[in-house]
Amino acid sequence: MTGFYTLFYKEWLRFWKVKVQTILAPVLTALLYLLVFAHTLRSHAEVYPGVEYTAFLVPGLAMMAVLQNAFANSSSSLMQSKMTGNIVFVLLPPLSHREFFLAYLLAAMARGLVVGAGVFVAAMAFVDVPLANPGWALAHAIAGSGFMGALGVIAGIQSDKVDQLAAFQNFIILPLTFLSGVFYSIHSLPPFWQTFSHFNPIFYMIDGFRYGFFGQADVSPWLSLTIVTSSFLALSLLTFLLIRSGYKLRH
Amino acid sequence: MTPAIQVDRVSKSFGGVQALGGVSLEVQQGEFFGLLGPNGAGKTTLISIIAGLTRATGGTTRVMGHDVVEDYRAARRALGVVPQELVFDPFFTVREALQIQSGYYGIRDNDAWIEEVIEHLDLTSKADTNMRALSGGMKRRVLVGQALVHKPPVIVLDEPTAGVDVELRQALWRFIRRLNRDGHTIVLTTHYLEEAEALCGRIAMLKQGQIVALDTTRNLLNRHSGCYVVLRVEPDRLPDALAAHVTERLEGGAYRLALKNYDEVENLMATLRAAGIKVHEMEVMQPDLEEVFVQIMQKAGTVNGKP
Ligand SMILES: Nc1ncnc2c1ncn2[C@@H]1O[C@H](COP(=O)(O)OP(=O)(O)O)[C@@H](O)[C@H]1O
Ligand SMILES: [Mg+2]
Repeated sequence: MTGFYTLFYKEWLRFWKVKVQTILAPVLTALLYLLVFAHTLRSHAEVYPGVEYTAFLVPGLAMMAVLQNAFANSSSSLMQSKMTGNIVFVLLPPLSHREFFLAYLLAAMARGLVVGAGVFVAAMAFVDVPLANPGWALAHAIAGSGFMGALGVIAGIQSDKVDQLAAFQNFIILPLTFLSGVFYSIHSLPPFWQTFSHFNPIFYMIDGFRYGFFGQADVSPWLSLTIVTSSFLALSLLTFLLIRSGYKLRH
Repeated sequence: MTPAIQVDRVSKSFGGVQALGGVSLEVQQGEFFGLLGPNGAGKTTLISIIAGLTRATGGTTRVMGHDVVEDYRAARRALGVVPQELVFDPFFTVREALQIQSGYYGIRDNDAWIEEVIEHLDLTSKADTNMRALSGGMKRRVLVGQALVHKPPVIVLDEPTAGVDVELRQALWRFIRRLNRDGHTIVLTTHYLEEAEALCGRIAMLKQGQIVALDTTRNLLNRHSGCYVVLRVEPDRLPDALAAHVTERLEGGAYRLALKNYDEVENLMATLRAAGIKVHEMEVMQPDLEEVFVQIMQKAGTVNGKP
């Protein structure tokens, strides 16, 4: 057993032991979105030729679940540990900065991917969704969950109270995910918001992920993957440096 | 031999508040060392710096020769810390908590030692109980266990007996004494000065982030020359010559007198006899650590010009 593996395993257990809350609940939420939006919007929108709106919606909802849950996992775990003080249990041992970062990151990615897979599988019961290029979908899911997991580490370190983290979630994460084309193609937006969307990394995560299902998307999957991967790597570096500096952890 | 702990001119400020102002001390391997001081003196801050939980503003700190910043992994491997706050992870049972803690140190096949720790800390019946369901005293024992999973040569305990009942306190000290006998270096802070007096070979006293005394427990006790006499007399009054020595009138009518040294006891008896006063009860007492502590703290207060 290495320190890294133990911390990863502990972080995994932390959400797995309460999976009704951490996995089942977000899957159910996504299904409710699917039910309501599909029912009300089906007749209005056909985003891609030959793709039913309900089917169009599924990858977006799955990816939104991946992203939100990856963020929720690392951010809430770190913030709670700081608040209750039991963060000392991971600060006292000789875990390297890299082990510390990777354990929180990978556990967050794992939770995101498990929930995303749950949404996809559950939605399959209601909707037929093609899976044209699963490789593209997986690559975007991994890089996207990594980006949000790292962002969650930063938010968790930064937040001292529940409401600070809630503000982060409500005013940054939620708007960015909703304005990323989960429910629509950005081509249907007015020009200003189209341009705006191109600065939102989450747009590329959703768009590239969706390409894996339908073989078509708003932008090239190569462009998406390049942007998503480089954002992920850049944010990871930043997070690693933050951890190494001891900011708000070893103050 | 490498000192267990070396603290060299360590200072720490939190914003504008100076918690430590250039503290230096060395603890040798195998010592039982006490860190005493009133609330807010900086004891926890110093321990946090040694443990790498807090970064010093200035100075260097080493554990078993390893710098706690530059060589943090080796320093942390050599150190076990029982934190002052009663923290726990509500997701796990006692055994899980100990196994996970052991895993953080990268130790394989540690179950035998973990079971031994559980047994020595009298946690066997609670081993599979969730941490949430434990009493404060039990949680404290688990914290001690978590500090020992990697058999660290240096163990630091920050007020391990605060709010713990007498029985557990004694059991805990027996266990810690045993660890010390087995060669572990022990550093502790406590509010119970009689415990520190009984356990610690050497003591540092901190006040407002400064060391105001650092010596063997024996020397500290001797430094307070003089003794105390508790007297009950008949008739119930003292001659004027003795009145100046009275420090306190105790319950039950006894007088407590401070004398400069033991020789004065004879003069005291002579004075009483000359005044025709009969001694009913008399006890001569050595000053204890509490007396020394109070005296040192008062003196330090006037030296620094701060109360
Ligand atoms: N995280 C912190 N932020 C600000 N001030 C702190 C912090 N930790 C300790 N202090 C201050 O540093 C001083 C020393 O505290 P501490 O080391 O806890 O003392 P002790 O353990 O001796 O009671 C106190 O004045 C305390 O208020
Ligand atoms: Mg303290």
